[in-house]
Amino acid sequence: MKIRSALQPRRYFAIAVASFLAWTLGWWALAASGWVDPMFLPGPLAVLRRAYLWAVDGDLVVDARISSLRVIAGFLLSAVMAVPLGLLIGAYRPVRAFSEPLLEFARYLPAVAFVPMVLLWVGIGEGSKIALIWIGTFFQMVIMISEDVARVPLPQIEAARTLGATDVELLFRVLLRSALPAIVDTLRITLGWAWTYLVVAELVAANSGLGYAILKAQRFLQTDKIFVGIIVIGLIGLGTDQLMRALHRALFPWAANRA
Amino acid sequence: MSDVKLAIRSLSKSFATREGVFTALADVSFEVAAGEFVAVVGASGCGKSSLLRLIAGLESPSGGDVLQGGQPVRGPGRDRAMVFQDYSLYPWLTVAQNVAFSRGLSANRGRDRAASAERSNLLLGLMGLARVAGAYPHTLSGGMRQRVAIARALQNEPDVLLMDEPFGALDAQTREVMHELILHVLASERRTIVFVTHDVEEAVYLADRIIVLAPGPGRIDSIWPTELPPSLTRTLELKQAAAFSSLAGRIRARIRETSGLQSDIAALRRLTGVKSPEPRSASERS
Repeated sequence: MKIRSALQPRRYFAIAVASFLAWTLGWWALAASGWVDPMFLPGPLAVLRRAYLWAVDGDLVVDARISSLRVIAGFLLSAVMAVPLGLLIGAYRPVRAFSEPLLEFARYLPAVAFVPMVLLWVGIGEGSKIALIWIGTFFQMVIMISEDVARVPLPQIEAARTLGATDVELLFRVLLRSALPAIVDTLRITLGWAWTYLVVAELVAANSGLGYAILKAQRFLQTDKIFVGIIVIGLIGLGTDQLMRALHRALFPWAANRA
Repeated sequence: MSDVKLAIRSLSKSFATREGVFTALADVSFEVAAGEFVAVVGASGCGKSSLLRLIAGLESPSGGDVLQGGQPVRGPGRDRAMVFQDYSLYPWLTVAQNVAFSRGLSANRGRDRAASAERSNLLLGLMGLARVAGAYPHTLSGGMRQRVAIARALQNEPDVLLMDEPFGALDAQTREVMHELILHVLASERRTIVFVTHDVEEAVYLADRIIVLAPGPGRIDSIWPTELPPSLTRTLELKQAAAFSSLAGRIRARIRETSGLQSDIAALRRLTGVKSPEPRSASERS
């Protein structure tokens, strides 16, 4: 093993699979040894059985679907607002000077602490989950996208200006196009955070969804079901992340050398 | 004079920095004739890039004017295309799309589309890019990327071509190939060119006239007509000619003098412990 030495993809895959098996096996061994009360740490088989039961009574799919829809709605709301705003902030220094103090302050606001206010403002309906996801992701998204736009190499902009490009053409044909791969990466990263805030919202104020199911399982001490909920959220997150990466590769073949 | 393409009149540029006002250029005046190839050389910090950016309109002067065909320059425009050292190509566009970039801009609306497309093809061929027309820039070598940047700038048929150390990031062999290529291209595309470089040989080889800038503050030190064969008939053999190396040597010496960076030979010898050979007396020599 040498620092930064190359690794064949097949060996990479083999090591990754071995790691996954080792952790699962360790988990199984720990649970089966009897050292730990199954209530504190249910074994993999118990969790699998619970996942099967939850899936066949149909609720798992319903819960996963409603949670995913909430994440997508909150995330899209953030993205639709953050991309144009981030583009303007990254392009124009005065706009940055105007919005940066507020954004830098807002992004350190603990989104979770807004739960009581959100309930007061938009009630306990679907709006409250979407609003909380928005509070948790929007400000970070704007700042990160504005950085993506600000990193577009100056010669790309200046070359276009000496070719006669107008400001609008610079914004859409150079800045946005050049920053787009980085923006899609930013969206991929913030999508993961959206799941965190969704679960918070569902733990506090919901009567459906994976977060709510976890909360309900806690009341009945169904720790295996809590594990299933956590793992399902992890798998959905992993799946969408891989999907976004595939999208990135398909949309930006020219940026392949950056990854 | 009707054939003056660019007139730089008492141009000055200063920036406010934390240490106070920094004067990059002070009272620079010269003229560039239509079709002339002018190279600007000078020690680092002499303001040669600032000068080019002022002509391009990417920066505005603190004093003086840049006149193009008698009209003052107010900002960047499609009549003055600029070629940068690197990182100016659009990585999401293929070579052909990069060259055609200006065709899609509103500034060129109403131009003959067929003629523009034909010009793109002509330039791709002329610059030796036809084979890689569909490739993305990141797959190309540095020399090929600069060919694309030059073709893209020429697509617009600019009055003036401004080049800011365009071959500065290339290795010596590639640079020689680019020198041949640019003279070849200029044979069919006669343009007015202002070319900034730190490579004096390059300046002597390519230019009709060389302007040496001196630093602190940036100003014109001297202007050297190359008086070599007309640029279009120059070949690589010229670089071996005595007139060529003598001119390049004199310009390099002049730049060293203006930079104020004379190495102190005596101090160097003391540091390294090298004994300098004693000057021989006249009797020994006989």
